[in-house]
Amino acid sequence: MSDSNLLQRHRRGRVWLVVFQVALLVGIVALGALLFNILNGSFGYVAVEDTIPPQDLAVNGVPLEEQDKETLIQVLQAHISAGLFARYEFEKPFAERSAGEVYDLILERVIEPKFVAQWSLFETLTDGDAIRQTAAQEFPNARLEFRSWLNGHFLRAPQSSYPEIAGVRTAVLGSLWTIAIAVLFAFPVGVAAAVYLQEYAPDNLINRIIQTNITNLAGVPSIIYGILGLAIFVRALGHFTSGVAFGASDPSTANGRTILSAGLTLGMLVLPLIIINAQEAIKAVPSSLRQASFGLGATRLETVWHHVLPNAISGIMTGTILAISRAIGETAPLVVIGASTFIQVDPEGPFSNFTTLPIQIYQWTARPQSVFRNLAGGASLVLLGLLLTLNATAIILRNRYRRSL
Amino acid sequence: MHLIAIEDSIYVVERGAQDTPPAAHAAGAVIHKGVDPSLAEFFTGTTWAPHAGQFGVLPLLNATLMVSGIAILVALPLGLATAIYLSEYASPRARNTLKPILEILAGVPTVVYGYFALTFMTPLLRTIFGQNVVQIYNTASAGIVIGILILPLVSTISEDALNAVPRSLREAAYGLGATKLETAVRIVLPAAFSGIAAAAILAISRAVGETMVVALAAGAGPAFTFNPFQAAETMTGHIVRISGGDLSYDSLDYNSIFAIGLMLFVMTLALNIFSQYIVRRFREVYE
Repeated sequence: MSDSNLLQRHRRGRVWLVVFQVALLVGIVALGALLFNILNGSFGYVAVEDTIPPQDLAVNGVPLEEQDKETLIQVLQAHISAGLFARYEFEKPFAERSAGEVYDLILERVIEPKFVAQWSLFETLTDGDAIRQTAAQEFPNARLEFRSWLNGHFLRAPQSSYPEIAGVRTAVLGSLWTIAIAVLFAFPVGVAAAVYLQEYAPDNLINRIIQTNITNLAGVPSIIYGILGLAIFVRALGHFTSGVAFGASDPSTANGRTILSAGLTLGMLVLPLIIINAQEAIKAVPSSLRQASFGLGATRLETVWHHVLPNAISGIMTGTILAISRAIGETAPLVVIGASTFIQVDPEGPFSNFTTLPIQIYQWTARPQSVFRNLAGGASLVLLGLLLTLNATAIILRNRYRRSL
Repeated sequence: MHLIAIEDSIYVVERGAQDTPPAAHAAGAVIHKGVDPSLAEFFTGTTWAPHAGQFGVLPLLNATLMVSGIAILVALPLGLATAIYLSEYASPRARNTLKPILEILAGVPTVVYGYFALTFMTPLLRTIFGQNVVQIYNTASAGIVIGILILPLVSTISEDALNAVPRSLREAAYGLGATKLETAVRIVLPAAFSGIAAAAILAISRAVGETMVVALAAGAGPAFTFNPFQAAETMTGHIVRISGGDLSYDSLDYNSIFAIGLMLFVMTLALNIFSQYIVRRFREVYE
């Protein structure tokens, strides 16, 4: 073999190493672009036109933001009709409303901000002067302000068709409700199934078929679960999932498109994941532990309950965390079972209609007006934050379990 | 489906068994075929318009395959190259930091990817290829973003497969004077082939079933086109669009999503089983 050949081979090696590194870099850049894109939509300049500017609402020199609840109520009463004020009083007495809620009403009914233009974070940072000029020329009545689309009001306010005052509270509550039901259903069933398959089931044809099925179910597209949920929970079991069977809701208006149906559908979706992960965790418990327990005369149930499960619990928790993270982000199955209705009231129980955070993002993104894209960006930040918080909580919980053993 | 009236050139038909509002159809619509299409018509027809009595699933299938094809064209080379780098070149420390970063991509909800496709990838493509060439809704943007979404799936499973190849094989190659690249590509890669093939097939299955990205970025309305820069609707995208809102029981729409859903289920199930078969059949066992 000549020297030049060797040099060539090494050169080729170096070239391909660069190619491999670039591939990895592309992946990381894609992640960066994803995060940048969300932040880009969530912050930036907006041009706002108010019907009554907030500074005109100051009382005795106290600006609106710092006024106490009584003053806020007086400001509201002074600017809206008596009929409207009475209606708000009827919906929820002002004595029970917090200062924040009254402030939101003033925002909605008195200040009435209108977004006439909005710019992305990137444009705001790189092209600030040009934006200020354009805004001054084209929207002389508007004020230009830097807006974080993710703010306290956004988290507190319900959904609205006005982007200026829309928020995600109903969607966040809907997400938490559905996840809670999904976990309450899937966790016990999943762990029980895993215990049966791992500790009790004989190795025969039927159990092998069940095992293969569970593995395959984990790979089924989530939208198929949506169709399944539509047929089973919304239609076939609609009498129960709508709450009519329990006398919990009005039979004339109730349908099966409820939080309960959504939770059970998500539960079905994550059940295979929980079973497989729990099985792995149980498999990892050394069999010497079981032998010792049997040797001391323990029954199978006692062995499982006192030795296998406590040792497998951290692994089972990890699997459940993975499953929850998957369920929080799921959109398609919930759209199919009918969550896409426009809802402004908080869900009150398992038989309420609902919307969830991913569905809210989907709806806002799908709207043609670009201002809703900013709302979708803010809601995406909330969703990622929720995901991160729940994951972190679960990991901390898991570590605590592990230490106590 | 029942014909209610013919007014001039408009056919008014009743949809489904429940009292849904009658839909008007333009002249030329074949409605006497009713709701009982033959299987041959389902698989060979090139128009999906259930209310006009046309049940050809090909436009939906074509869009699905196109999006999945683009996704796998993005994910497979990138994922494989990443896996080779992480398993053969990177130090353990670099791998332990880089791998979790890539896996964050797998944890991002798919609806956020849909937002990304519509607000970032599509404008980017339109800047590169021209506003007139690339439509606002297009399969290319959806395909690329799904490729990014399944990238960690490909790279993680492939990396595990490459890692499982015993050191002795690499050392034998080095002993014969092979360079690091030659060892990786000619020795380790073929030895891990079954795992990598399984990863690729799983990734295809995932791309076929992916919904929110196509629902937001690929477009609405089943179009039979092979141009990736045009709008088209995939099977999953169609199901989401049809079922969004109020879908009345036993209507034509309600029943048609079961037909598409069944086909989707069979496709992904076959891919998943095939992937498991490959792992079992082609796995090379080392001492």
